[in-house]
Amino acid sequence: MAMRFPRLGTSQLLALGVILLANWMVSPQFFDIRVQDGRLFGSLIDVLNRGAPVALLSIGMVLVIAMRGIDLSVGAVMAICGAIAASLADSHALPVVLAAALGAGLLCGLWNGFLVAVLGIQPIVATLILMVAGRGIAQLITEGRIVTFTSPQLAFLGGGSVLGLPTPVVLTLGMMALTLLVVRGTALGLMIEATGGNPRASALAGIGTKLITVAVYVWSGLCAALAGIVASADILGADANNAGLWLELDAILAVVIGGTSLFGGRFSILLAVVGALIIQAMNTGILLSGFPPETNLVVKAVVVLAVLLAQSPRLGGALAGLGVLFSRATSGGPRR
Amino acid sequence: MIRSLGRLTPVLATAAVFLAGFVVCSLIYPNFASLRVVMNLLTDNAFLVIVAVGMTFVIISGGIDLSVGSVIGFTTVFLALAIERWGIPPLAAFVLILVLCALFGACMGAIIQYFELPAFIVTLAGMFLARGASFLLSTESLPITADLYAHLSDHALRFEGGARLTVPAMIMIAVVLAGMVLLHLTRFGANVYALGGSRTATGLMGINVARTTVLIYTLSSVLAGLAGIVFSLYTSSGYSLSAVGVELDAIAAVVIGGTLLSGGYGFIFGSFLGVMIQGLIQTYISFDGMLSSWWAKIATGLLLFAFIAFQQLTLHLARRSRRAPAGAHP
Repeated sequence: MAMRFPRLGTSQLLALGVILLANWMVSPQFFDIRVQDGRLFGSLIDVLNRGAPVALLSIGMVLVIAMRGIDLSVGAVMAICGAIAASLADSHALPVVLAAALGAGLLCGLWNGFLVAVLGIQPIVATLILMVAGRGIAQLITEGRIVTFTSPQLAFLGGGSVLGLPTPVVLTLGMMALTLLVVRGTALGLMIEATGGNPRASALAGIGTKLITVAVYVWSGLCAALAGIVASADILGADANNAGLWLELDAILAVVIGGTSLFGGRFSILLAVVGALIIQAMNTGILLSGFPPETNLVVKAVVVLAVLLAQSPRLGGALAGLGVLFSRATSGGPRR
Repeated sequence: MIRSLGRLTPVLATAAVFLAGFVVCSLIYPNFASLRVVMNLLTDNAFLVIVAVGMTFVIISGGIDLSVGSVIGFTTVFLALAIERWGIPPLAAFVLILVLCALFGACMGAIIQYFELPAFIVTLAGMFLARGASFLLSTESLPITADLYAHLSDHALRFEGGARLTVPAMIMIAVVLAGMVLLHLTRFGANVYALGGSRTATGLMGINVARTTVLIYTLSSVLAGLAGIVFSLYTSSGYSLSAVGVELDAIAAVVIGGTLLSGGYGFIFGSFLGVMIQGLIQTYISFDGMLSSWWAKIATGLLLFAFIAFQQLTLHLARRSRRAPAGAHP
């Protein structure tokens, strides 16, 4: 259903290429990459580095959306986990800090998964609860202050580099590889696509849809936790009010740009990450071009609309009134 | 009679929670139980109630509108610029912005309807667009000094003890009443419920689904624009970052008010009570003085969860009782 995008992702890569070229025309040194102190520097690396949190979120989000779900809480989960990491960083060893922050993300994911799979609440409502309450919880952890830390180990996760690449980029690549291995290396990906395509038929075919639903929300929570840790480590502190604010929308946007249908079904993790890079490349481009950063939102809105219209089941078949009636009857209510 | 009471259970539950909360607050703080606190509750939350009324229509029809907060922000900035810089008379500016909002909502509704896209993502794009447009207009906080504004903020029904029923509160009450009439007593209202029940069946019944959908989102945006006008009256200024996240408060209020997020069921008055409960929590926190404002978010989240769990339970019980007699005839 609604699989109009080629799996190769030609259109997404083309879009990324066009945006990068536009950036290059605005700022001729855009593609320059230099090595300094064993680390790569340049606008291109900057796009990768700044895009890392949204890319991390989109890795979890794409699985949730493939299951016909949505996770609105990832921004708030980022704030919670960032707050935990920042407040523990100076008094505990790094493994403890990471375990605590990732554990919190896992719990948040479990909560969402429980509401969706066990209580049967619509995903958008179920995750709304944590989206509203989560930021309050994060402020509870930081006691309403902006918590700062000096731990060099945690700071390394945000500002350090591994093999010349910034650590956030390496972490994102690692998470992406791990997810691809788990999802595509096993039948899990197939089961997710089947459940997203038709939950009832999949359950009847013997797929443990409830367990998989909980698992994808947990994974989304873990990705959000990692993104929160990276964001905290980057600014050497946690700001419960602003950490991850509106990033859930960017993550959803990245997934949609990546060609995964909001109606569930087939998905692509790689293209969701490409989607995140497209968003970041646009942000960077607007900054480089000297336009006020305020234009950013308008540009984003236009891009969402363009991508949506291209994805629309109606486009192309606008004349076929009967066909539309048929697709409406079979798609089982495309409205959320 | 009993059946109609049963239908109202969620609203009654919300009303009970509000009354219980009010009584508890009054027991802790003797000054709480005064007309003045109640009137302030109405004034401070007027814009949120107006948005929640529009959101109730959208949610009952099975949709969602994430753009309302941004529309409020855009409205306040537009009014400030129109009145102070462009010299448009305030009343003309009000009409102009409401027409703009109507067009904006109609466009979103048309895209949702004719391109068969999820309302969630279309209104998300609308949210970016409206917020971005208000940033483009101005990123500063602009004061509004027009005579009408000073006059309107002075104008109020005064009661004993310093309680005032302000113009925003009056507008809000009028919107709630009008919304109740529109939803519960007109054909349009019946169509909104039908849409939330089943779009396909509604279309087959001969109801104009497209027209109703476009009208619902138009109504929601117009009410968001009206909320923006009220907000600018309340603050006497326009700021592009005002009302960030109001869409979430409105959705939360609608759900706490007993409206089903899957559509087909809900009441305007419930949404009004939902906003009042949120306002009550804020007022309690400001009375306490020691509690931090983030407790409001956690409390709202907990309430949301409680009411949604309650909804699921009633739905589950209703389904079981419907299934039971069917099972008796094999």
